[in-house]
Amino acid sequence: MVTNNNIFSPNLLADLQQMFQYQFMQHAFEAGTVIAIIAGIVGYLVVLRRSAFASHALSHIGFAGAAGAVLLGVNPIFGLLTFTCGGGVGMAVLGPRAVNRDVQIGTVLAFMLGLGVLFISLYTGYATEAYSILFGEILGISNNDVLVTVAASLVILAAVGIMYRPLLFASLDEDVAEAKGLSMPLLGIIFMLLVAVAVSIAVQVVGVLLIFSLMVTPAAMARRLAKRPRNAIIISVFIALMATWSSLFIAFYEPYPVSFFITSIVFVSYLFVRYVYPSRICLECREKFSSLYLAKHLQKKHHNI
Amino acid sequence: MNSVDTNMITDAVQQEIVKAENLAAGYPGKTVWQGANFSFVRGEFVAIIGPNGAGKTLLMRLLLGLQQPIRGTIKTFNSSPKRGNPKIGYVPQRHLIDNDTNIECIELVRLAFSGNKWGFSLSSKNERKIAFDALEAVGAAELAHQPLSALSGGELQRIFLAEALVSNPEILLLDEPLSNLDIRRAKELVQLVNKVVRSRNVTALLVAHDINPLLPYLDKVVYMANGKAATGKPKDVLTSESLTALYGVHIEVIQDSRGNVAIIGIEDHHGDE
Repeated sequence: MVTNNNIFSPNLLADLQQMFQYQFMQHAFEAGTVIAIIAGIVGYLVVLRRSAFASHALSHIGFAGAAGAVLLGVNPIFGLLTFTCGGGVGMAVLGPRAVNRDVQIGTVLAFMLGLGVLFISLYTGYATEAYSILFGEILGISNNDVLVTVAASLVILAAVGIMYRPLLFASLDEDVAEAKGLSMPLLGIIFMLLVAVAVSIAVQVVGVLLIFSLMVTPAAMARRLAKRPRNAIIISVFIALMATWSSLFIAFYEPYPVSFFITSIVFVSYLFVRYVYPSRICLECREKFSSLYLAKHLQKKHHNI
Repeated sequence: MNSVDTNMITDAVQQEIVKAENLAAGYPGKTVWQGANFSFVRGEFVAIIGPNGAGKTLLMRLLLGLQQPIRGTIKTFNSSPKRGNPKIGYVPQRHLIDNDTNIECIELVRLAFSGNKWGFSLSSKNERKIAFDALEAVGAAELAHQPLSALSGGELQRIFLAEALVSNPEILLLDEPLSNLDIRRAKELVQLVNKVVRSRNVTALLVAHDINPLLPYLDKVVYMANGKAATGKPKDVLTSESLTALYGVHIEVIQDSRGNVAIIGIEDHHGDE
């Protein structure tokens, strides 16, 4: 994908130094890192809320926006943000259950993809634009895009920071959260806006069609591996980061798309967590840890008394 | 003598923490029940029973301030119910805990304590301690670090009870906690609720289909059916005469040698669909 002049050496530090001589690699690592962190965090909330398909649909809605922006000669990221935010708020207003309506969401999704195809065909430029929206083009990211990505990420981080506990509570136990005075419609809209912005920036890395690989799969693994939400988010971010970094690294030497490497790494890790990671050992650990904690806790209590 | 009597009356009034007068509830365009009068004092164990669709959950929603009455008044702690009152603990009918939710129980209980607050928790240790104490209170300390997905129905109900107790409420609203439990587990849970009611002087309102596992422990029963509600002590309400008088159709309450009751005749006339 890059050039053939760069040859992989066992000295990773030298490899990285060589890589970072190229500005596009710097940009790719900067944006990729920020996006992986955001995708890992927002993705966990998506998985917890069972809104994976809704987030997938949002990215397709974003495709129409991005294609429309290309047609108008505007930066695609703004088209993406406009359409995903509009679509997200629309879904949230239709009600929390709307997010789980597969058939209706699928219908809108297909229409939006069709609209995107129309826009692309009206655009007389290169088809590579469409290709990079659909499958991502992190190596072609501009300085300006990096700035937009960082700004959007800061907004998401601030929002999650403020609403972390209510979002978590509402996702995990909606009825009790409502009785405790949290506004479900408001949280629903905020949540969908978070997903919309996260999807819009993540599209730059993996494209609208492969959004699952960054937004959902790492979080799905994290949910299996961790018992505390905070730890799950850390794991989810870690997996997304590792997948992004190693894919960028490999793509520097191999002439294949970055998104292919990301999806493959994420997929293989998912298979490992799902089937190979021994659930029996896991259960034993749980028992051990829980009795250990209990013993420790009771001891502490006695000390206190 | 007279002054003592008035004192006792004011005491009783003060302790009335739930009071409904001529209360009617339903949805826009449809009244589900009306003319309900009842009051519960501190430390009472109350069962709300009746067939499906009788409006039992509706009563919970009124008490939680999630819905407004159509007519009449309802008061909790001498004022209109407000959403998010920490003095009310709530266990809803359905919890959406899916099989992949690996989150440990203590985290769920902790969220019930602090999940409605903004920002990050500054003292997670303290919160976990409070959550652990609530789990201990329902005899579920050993489940604290088990993932929610690994629990049985009875264990889950105990966790939900801890979730409701964590804010140290004065009223507990339990919506059909027994519905997915076998008889033995149902009995265990009822005993646990009874223990909580007596030891903490909490008023518990428990919605159920079947009154029998509850009968030995109840102070009051609200019987809801056909758009009406009867309230009182179980032995006064659950008689053929009182229910027949209330509903105007012949209803028979049959009692077996162990004190179990069966109410016959009401389901046939249950026709608000």
